[in-house]
Amino acid sequence: MKNKLFSYNFLDTPIHRLSGLTKLICFLLLTFSVMYSYDIRFILFVTVFSVILLKVSKIRFSQIRLMVIYVIIFIAVNFVLTFLFAPEYGVEIYGTRHELVRIFGRYNVTLEQLFYQITKVFKYASVIPLGIIFLLTTNPSEFAASLNGVGVPYRVAYAVSLTLRYFPEIQRDYRNISQAQQARGLEMSRKAKFLTRFRNALLILVPLIFSTLERVEYISNAMDLRGFGKLKKRTWYSRRKMTAGDYIAIIISAAIFAVSVLVSVFANKSRFFNPFV
Amino acid sequence: MKEKPVIEFTDFTFQYFTQAEPTLYNINLKIYQGEKILIVGPSGSGKSTLGHCINGLIPFAYKGEIKGSLKINGLVAAEQNIFKLSKIVGTVLQDSDCQFVGLTVGEDIAFALENDNVPVEEMHEIVRRVAGMVGMEKFLDSSPYELSGGQKQRTSLAGVMVDDVDILLFDEPLANLDPATGKTAIEIIDDIHKKTGKTIIIIEHRLEDVLHRDVDRVIVINEGRIIADMPPDELVSSAVLSETGIREPLYVTALKYAGVTIRSDMLPGRLDTLKMDDTVTESLHHWFRTVEKPSGKESKPAVLTVENLTFSYDGRRNALDNVSFRIHEGEMISIVGKNGAGKSTLSKVLCGFEEPELGSIYYYSEDLKSRSIKERAEIIGLVMQNPNQMISKTMIYDEVALGLRLRNIPEEEIRPRVEKVLEICGLSPFIDWPVSALSYGQKKRVTIASILVLEPRIIILDEPTAGQDYYHYTEIMRFLEKINRMGVTVIMITHDMHLMLEYTPRAIVMSEGKILADTSASVVLTDPELIREANLKETSLYYLAEKANISDKTAFVQSFIDYERKIRKSNEK
Repeated sequence: MKNKLFSYNFLDTPIHRLSGLTKLICFLLLTFSVMYSYDIRFILFVTVFSVILLKVSKIRFSQIRLMVIYVIIFIAVNFVLTFLFAPEYGVEIYGTRHELVRIFGRYNVTLEQLFYQITKVFKYASVIPLGIIFLLTTNPSEFAASLNGVGVPYRVAYAVSLTLRYFPEIQRDYRNISQAQQARGLEMSRKAKFLTRFRNALLILVPLIFSTLERVEYISNAMDLRGFGKLKKRTWYSRRKMTAGDYIAIIISAAIFAVSVLVSVFANKSRFFNPFV
Repeated sequence: MKEKPVIEFTDFTFQYFTQAEPTLYNINLKIYQGEKILIVGPSGSGKSTLGHCINGLIPFAYKGEIKGSLKINGLVAAEQNIFKLSKIVGTVLQDSDCQFVGLTVGEDIAFALENDNVPVEEMHEIVRRVAGMVGMEKFLDSSPYELSGGQKQRTSLAGVMVDDVDILLFDEPLANLDPATGKTAIEIIDDIHKKTGKTIIIIEHRLEDVLHRDVDRVIVINEGRIIADMPPDELVSSAVLSETGIREPLYVTALKYAGVTIRSDMLPGRLDTLKMDDTVTESLHHWFRTVEKPSGKESKPAVLTVENLTFSYDGRRNALDNVSFRIHEGEMISIVGKNGAGKSTLSKVLCGFEEPELGSIYYYSEDLKSRSIKERAEIIGLVMQNPNQMISKTMIYDEVALGLRLRNIPEEEIRPRVEKVLEICGLSPFIDWPVSALSYGQKKRVTIASILVLEPRIIILDEPTAGQDYYHYTEIMRFLEKINRMGVTVIMITHDMHLMLEYTPRAIVMSEGKILADTSASVVLTDPELIREANLKETSLYYLAEKANISDKTAFVQSFIDYERKIRKSNEK
């Protein structure tokens, strides 16, 4: 099957061996620490750290190319928009003004603004690899188990896992239905007008929805008959036992989180690191 | 011996809130501990509803009014909930793809245990043990996509057996399986019955296939009432089956053609037990000698020629590997083979949905390569298995007209064409009806109509009779025969050996992307080698011939086919 956005693949690396719950906790800790801090030294450290983890988990670039492209587009758009809407924000934060280029009106490139925006780019750049690692090294059932482990109700967590379980099948249905409708004369190319394309999309969606509903009824019967939803709690077959490695990973992440907070509180006396004073 | 009924219906009547009439009337039925029961009945007879009452889906998921009483293990079912009942009754549903909720075999088997909050280590222990009981212990980490139909069935069975239930309920276990896998499924159920002594209830309309192994009693349901409750030997020798429109075993039909009166002391319930004395054997031989051979058919030009077709989804494994064949004008042909053999891929390549890497497809002498999907559909139409995957309009008229409207044909031309096609399909009275008012079989016809309206010369149907009882099966097949007589070439992808035997003189057998055989149906169904490779099953006629010491079994099967066709023709006149 082609076009899989999240293709979990099993390899035996230290990252894969961690339990899903550990990975979720570490991911959250590291994300919070990077989101909290605007200290570029710290952020660069986490960026390098997460790229190393990406290497360790043996994720190939071909697996994530699509995601990387989306992320780069997002960051670029964000970069431009930040400048358009708040060109003086850097000056406001750091309290100094070193003008580099004058464009027009209030749009002047200052060193402060550039510094602020680069810091922000790295904030995103450091988190994205972590998210990719989490998604690609965690089996969907374990992912559900770990969501439940951090307090998400198990019905919700299971819904996530079911979506991932049946996604390929719905994808296949979509393909089959679309081909059959094209045979009946449906124009799917970009030649058709927007309104026609919208109406044509309905011709595929209606059968897809009805056949999916049929499946949903069936699956929910199958689940009822095997006792889903009977108790307030449930256990998970795919949950792994916590090992020494898990505790080490959590301690490292917690330490990084602590550094982020301590640096802000004691060294920088604010969330921002100010090299201009 | 049979002292304790585990299931006891007393004057039980059930009506869905959404229905005007009760679906079950005044059911009185006792099922005892350790019995193996088969419940048969045509579609809509209420047999599935009866199953839902036993496993608790009624009234838990489907609401309705219950009169009378149902006790399970001595407990009043209506006072239990579905979870308590699921500890007593384990249900294996017909679609093992949907029943498979886990991402791996182990996880799926564990599902009921997870819901019971069983500690993880204990759970793994139980899963391993139960997987061993059904022979799946080596596949615990496999995903459903890597399993065969039979392995999925085994997994489903293990998934309900982890609960140590007393009663195992199988809801149409054969519906989506190829013939060989279906046979194995019946054997697995029988082995589990013998090994564990659990009460087994099988709901199925394919009587002969279930009777491959012994059952204690067969319960026949028709129009919501139990009309027979007897051992298979008695049932098969009675008139009940023909009255309810359930297909009798094929060997029984053959014996009747030969003028043999079926009596219960011949033990006709299963071919294994059937006693044939010399007079019976002699009648069969006599009949076999006297069946008229149809006169040779004149040869028609090839309407479709496929040459060296090769196709691969992933560039590694060929889904079609150098496939060549010809189909002649006005033929009715079946394509058979196990799941994944390349049958559906072939139909997609023929319709232009997928581009072949090598090879060509000709319509008469025209190479179809340059035609788009849309243009090809005017020559080759494809009807998908599930009508819900094709129907996209709420009104029948609009649905059938869709293909014409998308081709910008003026409305005044559309109307007569739709009317004509609905007439052929027997749907004229419903022209202004919504699709939702139709039965499954009628919806299937709507999808066929919506393809026929484009006037293709060839129509491909994917499993046209899947999930249909004998009555609807016959109805659809007669209808396809009618279209066929009007000059449309019909290609059917099927698992149904009866269909192949009765309606398609020729069959193409596929396995692993290759054509294994392209020959007459009677040869396919009597060639052990071919049967094994393509996951098919010998027809019971083959064994009947063997039992009667008829040496040319293929000719015997062919005689049966010829004789049936002759009867069918004279009935229609």
